[in-house]
Amino acid sequence: MGNILVLAEHRQGVLRDVSFEMMAVAPKLADQMGAEVVALLIGSEMDGLAQKMAAYGVKVLVVDDPLFKDFNADKYQKVLSALIDDLKPAVLMTGHTAQGVDFMPALAVEKKLPLVADAVSLEFAGGVLKATRQLYSGKANAVMAFKPAETYLLTFREGTVEAPDASAGGSVEKLDSPLKEDLSYRKFVGYVEAEVGDVDITQSEILVAVGRGLKEDKNLPLIEELAKAIKADIAGSRAATDAGWIPHDRQVGTSGKAVKPKLYIAMGISGAFQHVAGMKGAKTVVAINKDPEAPIFAVADYAIVDDMFKVVPKLTEKLKELKG
Amino acid sequence: MKMFVCIKYVPDTSEAEVKVNPDGVSVDSSRFSFDINDADNYAVEESVLIKEANEGDITVLSIGPKQSDVMIRMAMAKGCDRAVRIEDERIAGYDPLMVAKVLGGAVKGQEFDLVLTGCMASDDWHMTTGVALAEELGVNHVSMVKKVEILDGKKVKAYRELEGGLMEVVEVELPVVLTIQTGINEPRYAPIRGIREAQKKELKVANLDDLGIDAAEVNADASLVVLEQLYIPQVESSAEFIEGEPDVKAEKLASILVKGGLV
Ligand SMILES: Cc1cc2nc3c(=O)[nH]c(=O)nc-3n(C[C@H](O)[C@H](O)[C@H](O)COP(=O)(O)OP(=O)(O)OC[C@H]3O[C@@H](n4cnc5c(N)ncnc54)[C@H](O)[C@@H]3O)c2cc1C
Repeated sequence: MGNILVLAEHRQGVLRDVSFEMMAVAPKLADQMGAEVVALLIGSEMDGLAQKMAAYGVKVLVVDDPLFKDFNADKYQKVLSALIDDLKPAVLMTGHTAQGVDFMPALAVEKKLPLVADAVSLEFAGGVLKATRQLYSGKANAVMAFKPAETYLLTFREGTVEAPDASAGGSVEKLDSPLKEDLSYRKFVGYVEAEVGDVDITQSEILVAVGRGLKEDKNLPLIEELAKAIKADIAGSRAATDAGWIPHDRQVGTSGKAVKPKLYIAMGISGAFQHVAGMKGAKTVVAINKDPEAPIFAVADYAIVDDMFKVVPKLTEKLKELKG
Repeated sequence: MKMFVCIKYVPDTSEAEVKVNPDGVSVDSSRFSFDINDADNYAVEESVLIKEANEGDITVLSIGPKQSDVMIRMAMAKGCDRAVRIEDERIAGYDPLMVAKVLGGAVKGQEFDLVLTGCMASDDWHMTTGVALAEELGVNHVSMVKKVEILDGKKVKAYRELEGGLMEVVEVELPVVLTIQTGINEPRYAPIRGIREAQKKELKVANLDDLGIDAAEVNADASLVVLEQLYIPQVESSAEFIEGEPDVKAEKLASILVKGGLV
């Protein structure tokens, strides 16, 4: 049986959390499969990052070349394609991230290998690898079974498990780069940093957040009044920022900001994992949603199943009264 | 610019109860309301914007049932020129790699500069189809695109949205598949005139045989994965559910917040 090859993700010189989280997932799978976990780094000047991955007690393979100074999906695909041929891993796992989703599907097609994307748990039993993933707004789970294949491809969801403590016994080995020259048809140009706004919601003590349930921007004053009554800043789900109701720099979630207020009041927000990833650092969470099955309730401390438009005006009034 | 835009008819499950059918691998969709996938709606708008700025021609591709014709007509009302709806029960629709192969089969043999898809379908969340489609077609791709500039008709400069709102800017040569992220533009409402004109535009319905796609390459046997089981996960909530009429709930919550020193 081949190894479980885990691609460690990094950006702008820093390893991404998902790289460490996969160090919790992969060893369990390795035990079940009777395989070993091997981490893989592709980049330029990777010594420091390689040591950090080795601290999880695994062998780290490194493709270190100036050609990989910046992320490039096509270059990654070429390297991984060659390494699949050479190393014949049983599993190749990456994060289900902006990087992972940019080359894993193409790699699967190229190599004619099976792919399950966005896995949240894995199990190998009776010779079959199974991956569980979510669908329908997180209200259903699907168990996907892989048919037997040389290599199983997986992208694993970020923020699903805790990273383990580091252990001893790791090692680092450099590999020859399979890529000998630069690509002409896809060029990395640069990064553009996220916009900065008037309020930095990562520093807010209290956040009142709205989602698609707000329906239209003419309902905003209702929320603004509540926010004013408790000196909160206003934030939103992606649906609310995409719609232009809330400024983009106030979007909470994976593609927005990670916030950690004392109090987070989520209204008309379903609680998609990309949103929850950004607000689970909140100390106390209040959720108001008319759907009793909304996933947001799983992370709430106080829950109201109701129409926000019926609850919020009275809530504001009462808060004003109590606070004098 | 010759363009294809791939769109999917999806259920809105954000407020609906989801139940698994007795077969254990499908959900009861009889009470869902369906519409265009959120990200695909932005992809349609982007294709129309590109057509308006550069001239061009847009073909809509969708795999789906007859009911989705309303969605397809709406895309044509906004400016897409024609459509092909693919309907065939043999397609292993749970595997995005099979879906990509079908879409690829529908495009192959025709000239194109751009194929646009949504970056994710809101029902099954794979984020796989568009990038797989690019490989099927043997062309470049950029995924999760939040901004596009067409450079001199030969290249695109695309801004990919990464975690934390950081953007990665890349330049790729045409033809290219772009998977579009929500928020890239402001999808328009279809103008009345467009709605009338859309009725006259061509909407071809095709099955795999019509497209010259071998069903044995895109069916459940061809797929390398099996959808073994669907189930409703137990939502474990440790929340205190506040009960009563809306006013009562509001009052209770207000006093909890104030007494708990939370506000
Ligand atoms: C790559 C990627 C990155 C993403 N990043 C983010 C991110 O950073 N942040 C983010 O938020 N999302 C992100 N998303 C989008 C995410 O998947 C969801 O689509 C989004 O969070 C949904 O927003 P929502 O909860 O406001 O809307 P919906 O999911 O549509 O939910 C609306 C909710 O409002 C409730 N509701 C409606 N009316 C009322 C009412 N009158 N009273 C009370 N409740 C009501 C409904 O029951 C429902 O639960 C990302 C997606 C992708 C693909």
